[in-house]
Amino acid sequence: MSWFFLLSGLFLGWSLGANSAANIFGTAVATRMVKFRNAAVIAAVFVILGSVFSGAGATETLGNLGAINALAGSFTVALAAAVTVTWMTRLRLPVSTTQAIVGAIIGWNIFSGTPTDFQSLTKIVASWIVSPVLAGVFAAFFYLLARQTIFRLKIHLLRRDAYNRVALIVIGAFGAYSLGANNIANVVGVFVPAAPFPPIRIGSLLTISGTQQLFFFGALAIGVGIYTYSYRVMQTVGNDLFKLTPITAFIVVFSESLVLFLFASRGLQQWLLQHGLPALPLVPLSSSQAIIGAVLGLAVAKGARGIRFRVLGRIASGWVTAPVIAGLLSLIALFFAQNLFEQEVVATEPFELSPEVLTHLKENRISTESLLPLEGSTYRNPARFRRILQQTGEFSETELRQIFEAARVDTFHIDTTEVNKGVLTAAQYRSLRKLQGEVFSHHWEIQEALARLHPEWNIDLTQSALERKRLREVLEMISTSCRIS
Amino acid sequence: MPVLFRKTKEMESKIDDYLDLVIRGGLLFKEGLKYYLTGEMDTFDERLASIDSLESEADELRREIENRLYTQTLIPESRGDVLGIIENTDAVLNVAAETLMMFSVERPQFPTDLHQMIRDLGDASVTCIEELIATIRSYFRDVERVRDGTNRVLFFEKEVDTIADRIKRKIFHDDAIGHLSLKMHLRDCIEDIENISDTAEEVSDRLSIAAIKRSV
Repeated sequence: MSWFFLLSGLFLGWSLGANSAANIFGTAVATRMVKFRNAAVIAAVFVILGSVFSGAGATETLGNLGAINALAGSFTVALAAAVTVTWMTRLRLPVSTTQAIVGAIIGWNIFSGTPTDFQSLTKIVASWIVSPVLAGVFAAFFYLLARQTIFRLKIHLLRRDAYNRVALIVIGAFGAYSLGANNIANVVGVFVPAAPFPPIRIGSLLTISGTQQLFFFGALAIGVGIYTYSYRVMQTVGNDLFKLTPITAFIVVFSESLVLFLFASRGLQQWLLQHGLPALPLVPLSSSQAIIGAVLGLAVAKGARGIRFRVLGRIASGWVTAPVIAGLLSLIALFFAQNLFEQEVVATEPFELSPEVLTHLKENRISTESLLPLEGSTYRNPARFRRILQQTGEFSETELRQIFEAARVDTFHIDTTEVNKGVLTAAQYRSLRKLQGEVFSHHWEIQEALARLHPEWNIDLTQSALERKRLREVLEMISTSCRIS
Repeated sequence: MPVLFRKTKEMESKIDDYLDLVIRGGLLFKEGLKYYLTGEMDTFDERLASIDSLESEADELRREIENRLYTQTLIPESRGDVLGIIENTDAVLNVAAETLMMFSVERPQFPTDLHQMIRDLGDASVTCIEELIATIRSYFRDVERVRDGTNRVLFFEKEVDTIADRIKRKIFHDDAIGHLSLKMHLRDCIEDIENISDTAEEVSDRLSIAAIKRSV
């Protein structure tokens, strides 16, 4: 049965593969620099590698936006996104899988009564605007660099052609890896909280988690999409949308891939945080918008001639139409799935308003007076919990989200072997060791317990924004590693 | 890495070899013309035979280059331009060889006072070929210099026109050459030599456009 529910995700993966591979190999194939068969094999293999090994980061952000906790719910949400993508593509409207899935998740949040995490949503939407701009800046920079280098090195046309071919393949592979890492979240991200696969242990060394298996099947669907349908899209992208030479194609794909990678790589994020540098959020992006940004950046570097501002309009319209349509479709589909097909689209999960939770909320400047009569009560239905909260007091969406987060009952078992020690200071690690084996039911309890053991775990306003951000990231990493699902 | 780019290196040297043949063809033409005017017909025939076999060698090399460019789908963006340039360059060599052949068959008799001017005409035509070949090499390695090269080709083509014009005026205004048919024959021979730089100019025009297309 779980396989049936996965089908909508696989369908979404197939359509992502059919569309997005063209952003990586489109020009190379259309200009006959790389054969389609080679391009398809490389793209499929590296999409799978990227998804399985680096797909977790962006998936987590998407998970924060809305943790869909029932398999039928995940199915419906992914289906709403897939239908939106297919339908809008048929109508020749600009659409991205990323934007469709975000809209569909918000649809689930509204349906289930779960407050949307506006912080994650802002992070995601801001990244959609930043990513094409960043890709444009990269493309302009690399274009000027390439032009200088080519003129200085005076490489023979034929040799340049040969180097370019190799470069297009290497960058295509990197692009496919980044695409897998960044966009696998769109395909199977909504299935992660309700992941149907038990972990597979191979010998004593290798364990493939349920999430990794999900990523693998999602990536396989992307691969099939690339192999079966991307040729036509590649011809369109390569010939109609932007006329690129093989060298400018290389620059554009490199810039796009770099942006996708920057917003997907957990390793890079941790490295930046370790070195006290600001890290980019790990967010699923639209590869089409990144590549359009790169082409525009290139055009500006070439003297800003012939920029079609309608293209800019197209990018912006995609940000609005796709999520709205997918969100509405998701709401309607969830309603029918629950009431007509009698499927569990929202799983019950416990929320408790214990005295500790109320104290924690008060410390975080949330007025708890109206909640006092509810002290000690437990709720299993998020929609009902939300209704009661709204009846008792006047809470904003952000406050509701905070109450949900604080009240949600989970199980965290502190196991230092599961935690990446590289990001902790010696003092932080020592205090974490003291909690070894302890069990917590709320994620904020971990932070409070750690802060009691060592002041380095305190989050207060005397710290810089970067320090606070870093500490929050570290705490999030610990709670994710120690959560027992 | 060297194994990976071996085929490319081979192609590069084939194109270089081909351009070398065209340069050598130009020099053979210059020598041939010189020996024809001094009446050393044995040496002239030797040069004629050499340019003839060189032309066949160049034809073969050209076909191989064209074949490889297509079968190995090399430089897909510039392939059409490169093929056009190479074929038209071959025409320059053909015109030079045909002109020498025409001298051998028709044996035109130029008055002695025209000899130096005809030698100058031959020299300017060959310089035009040499500038053309240098520009083609720039097209492959240093596309920014193509513009300078095509300008030099045009300059020498004009130079050839000016010298040819002076020679033709002399032919028709000189009473020593009695018969109109003789005057017309000599004019045709001069025009044949002129044709070499005209063909070079055509290649140079193609190069200008191809270079604009190649700008990154």
